[in-house]
Amino acid sequence: MVSLNINGKDRQLDVPGEMPILWALRDIEHLTGTKFGCGMALCGACTIHLDGEPVRSCVTPVSAAAGKKITTVEQISADPVGKAVQKAWLDLGVAQCGYCQAGQVMSATALLKATPNPSDEEIDEAMSGNICRCGTYPRIRAAIKQAATGAEK
Amino acid sequence: MSLEIELDLPNLSRRQWLKGAGAITGLALTIGVSGLVRAAVEEPKKFGGDAMPGGLKDDALVFVSIGTDGIVSIVAHRSEMGQGVRTSLPMVVADELEADWSKVRVVQAEGNEARYGNQNTDGSRSIRHSFEPMRRVGATARHMLETAAAAQWGVPVNEVEARHHEVINKRTGKKLGYGELATAAGKLAVPARESLHLKTPAQFRYIGKQNTRNIDGRKIVTGATHYGIDTQLDGMLHAVIARPPVFGGKVKSFDASTALKVPGVVKVLELKGSNLPPLFHPLGGIAVLATNTWSATKGREALKITWDHGPNASYNSPAFRKTLEAAARKPAKAVRNNGNASAVLAKAKQKFEAEYYQPHIAHSSMEPPAATVRIINGKCEAWACVQAPQATLETVAAHLGFKPEDVKINVTLLGGGFGRKSKPDFVAEAALLSQAIKGKPVKVTWTREDDIHHDYFHTVSLERIECALDEKGLPTAWLHRTTAPTIASTFVAGAKGGAPFELGMSAVNMPFNIPNVRVETPEVAAHTRIGWFRSVSNIPHAFAVQSFAAELAHRAKRDHKDYLLDLLGPARKINPDDISDSWNYGESPERYPLDIGRMRNVIELACKKAGWGRNLPKGHGLGLSLCYSFVTYVATVVEVVVADNGEISIPRVDLAVDCGPQVNPDRIRSQVEGACIMGASLALSGEITFKNGVAEQSNFHQYEVLRINEAPRDIQVHIVEHGLDVPLGGIGEPATPTIAPALCNAIFAATGKRIRTLPIRDQLSKA
Ligand code: FES
Ligand code: FES
Repeated sequence: MVSLNINGKDRQLDVPGEMPILWALRDIEHLTGTKFGCGMALCGACTIHLDGEPVRSCVTPVSAAAGKKITTVEQISADPVGKAVQKAWLDLGVAQCGYCQAGQVMSATALLKATPNPSDEEIDEAMSGNICRCGTYPRIRAAIKQAATGAEK
Repeated sequence: MSLEIELDLPNLSRRQWLKGAGAITGLALTIGVSGLVRAAVEEPKKFGGDAMPGGLKDDALVFVSIGTDGIVSIVAHRSEMGQGVRTSLPMVVADELEADWSKVRVVQAEGNEARYGNQNTDGSRSIRHSFEPMRRVGATARHMLETAAAAQWGVPVNEVEARHHEVINKRTGKKLGYGELATAAGKLAVPARESLHLKTPAQFRYIGKQNTRNIDGRKIVTGATHYGIDTQLDGMLHAVIARPPVFGGKVKSFDASTALKVPGVVKVLELKGSNLPPLFHPLGGIAVLATNTWSATKGREALKITWDHGPNASYNSPAFRKTLEAAARKPAKAVRNNGNASAVLAKAKQKFEAEYYQPHIAHSSMEPPAATVRIINGKCEAWACVQAPQATLETVAAHLGFKPEDVKINVTLLGGGFGRKSKPDFVAEAALLSQAIKGKPVKVTWTREDDIHHDYFHTVSLERIECALDEKGLPTAWLHRTTAPTIASTFVAGAKGGAPFELGMSAVNMPFNIPNVRVETPEVAAHTRIGWFRSVSNIPHAFAVQSFAAELAHRAKRDHKDYLLDLLGPARKINPDDISDSWNYGESPERYPLDIGRMRNVIELACKKAGWGRNLPKGHGLGLSLCYSFVTYVATVVEVVVADNGEISIPRVDLAVDCGPQVNPDRIRSQVEGACIMGASLALSGEITFKNGVAEQSNFHQYEVLRINEAPRDIQVHIVEHGLDVPLGGIGEPATPTIAPALCNAIFAATGKRIRTLPIRDQLSKA
């Protein structure tokens, strides 16, 4: 048994400690908002927050989450920055297929929480781990900037 | 927690359906041949949507239902994969219906072409073919609501008018909401198609406007969407499959004892492969079924399998390039022959020739293929991210030995498709596994490695062009040998040489005004599964033709833009039949001629917006290209910066797009932006190589796709305005093939280095 705190709820999971958080969320908890894209920390689709820090859940074992708080895209609107990011995403019509966007939203939210007004270089730095095969990058950049100004108000 | 399929299904019991017969008549029983091939091969007389299997349907009773609460449910019969079709098509219905978009719900159609018409979501066809039928659907429902209101008020129907979810009595100003009218309207006869009054463009509320939000937008940003990989059924097992590493290989022997000891692993099953042609058949292999995906993956790692690699184990990309080159340098079957290019070339004083190489590429949509199937009492139900639900249904039925009516295909959202998810091999895998365990639900998930190794790859090609030139440096003869394994080999074992639909993508319909033109298609064999990839054969053809045009301009010491306009010649309309293009994207040659005027116009527009000819700092270059693709005209100017160390960045791209009238302008822009980035990705790093029959790349560290820091920074999309008198063009694909040639032409302008082999990768740093 592994004890996890997922989106504010304490959960007991009967899984081996080395199971990646991604599969515990998706297959055990049926929280499928967090996506699988590569399994090797190469694409960012599986990004979650562990105590507010963005991590790739496909390579992070559940044992590493013991005593920490897991936040997934399903809960990120509870965070004012997350909400601002989601709003900017909708306002600018960022998503195409949408599959990468949970990871993008989680990475962008983490970026803006640490760096409320990121430069282009800081956006590149924080977001280059998140692949979007549909090519929504220009709108992601614009939406991050919009969420940044939105969050200031 | 049971997450049984949440697909935006309306609560049917609460709804008064605008209901009628809508009976399902006999299903077409052709197995596994794509609409692309069928349309091209079997029905030369019909055009557009009418020529597609299943045809077009405009039955309002099938597509629209209205609840007494006023909620309007509209069926989306095409698959959503990022192009916005689940928004755009229902939006067309809603507009003609005068529905309030905030009160619209979208219901995804299951695979059933007898009911919904053609559902094959590829070929940049959804809006092009379904715009008019969807307008009629909306107008029909609007007429029924107006008729019901007029009856209720006892006035002639011309005294009432539907406006924004209400019908208004024009005399009294009284109003009835759609919910109040739903029951009565549902009892009325469906008006004849001829009696419908479609809106005038001035009356459009959503069509051509920017105000319609993506129907799935909120769910996407909150993680509430359902993709193929997200299906959860009670008691479901998760399967991961070890497939033959070489196409055509099979399992010789295997030992599952260690795999079965992995915690969570429940079963190991052998899945039989199929004979050639590959069609949409599973590849076979060893499946590990477990209680979760991770255990299944661990179990697969523990399998010991001896493979018989079969006949393609000597497929090596460097050697195959030599095979392509040798074939391209020998005369071959002519597929277009205007004038006498061979004779002119034989006597020419001035000649120029060049060869261009485009490697295999993999689709790598962010969601890998995934499907869930269960079988209850002889009825199979699947949930899958498929572009072609009807082909999926037929494939699954054939593999299970079921009647088509006993198979139901629920179409989930697609996390990208790009042509890969037109091929439902992965759904058949899930169906066979479910059948093997007495119908228990099984989800098959492809890992990224599976996706890259077992794609239906974009073909590899060698394009050789040879020209005779006059004293002004303009071609008097043009000989193009397009040399590539054909997509047809996926459907017909051993097929070789370009198929009409491949040749009709910028090879035979090369638009230049040259008196002697010959196009040949040498025959080379396929050694892996070849499929269609966003923009298909336009990718290699446009790379070659548009690079070659720039090379000719340089040799003639001319400005590329001026030279390209001279190559095209005066504005005129060419009948595709006259240049041996029997395909013409499935469209009527009269309605969709090759329009040189529109080509010239997009070139002028892109160049004007990009500031063609402006002074640039050292290391910067502008490059131009043009492509007519899926009956849409695109010209692109790329600005590149090549640093001293050869590193490439793309500060700006200007794309001029003439796709006819615009239905959902924001989604047109987003498709063009995305195609631009995908095109840049392919040009810079897109390559799959084979060694001993195995794809050498396995995941994104080896098959690199563009990231935000490398993407073109400023993408400007300029759309040519048209009214509805101009026929609609495609938009999902057309911009993709313009990027590589424009980029390579820009690199030449910046550095003097000509790239003829894609991807560009580090060719500039080596120089
Ligand atoms: S799935 Fe974790 S980074 Fe790609
Ligand atoms: S929106 Fe499709 S992968 Fe990003």
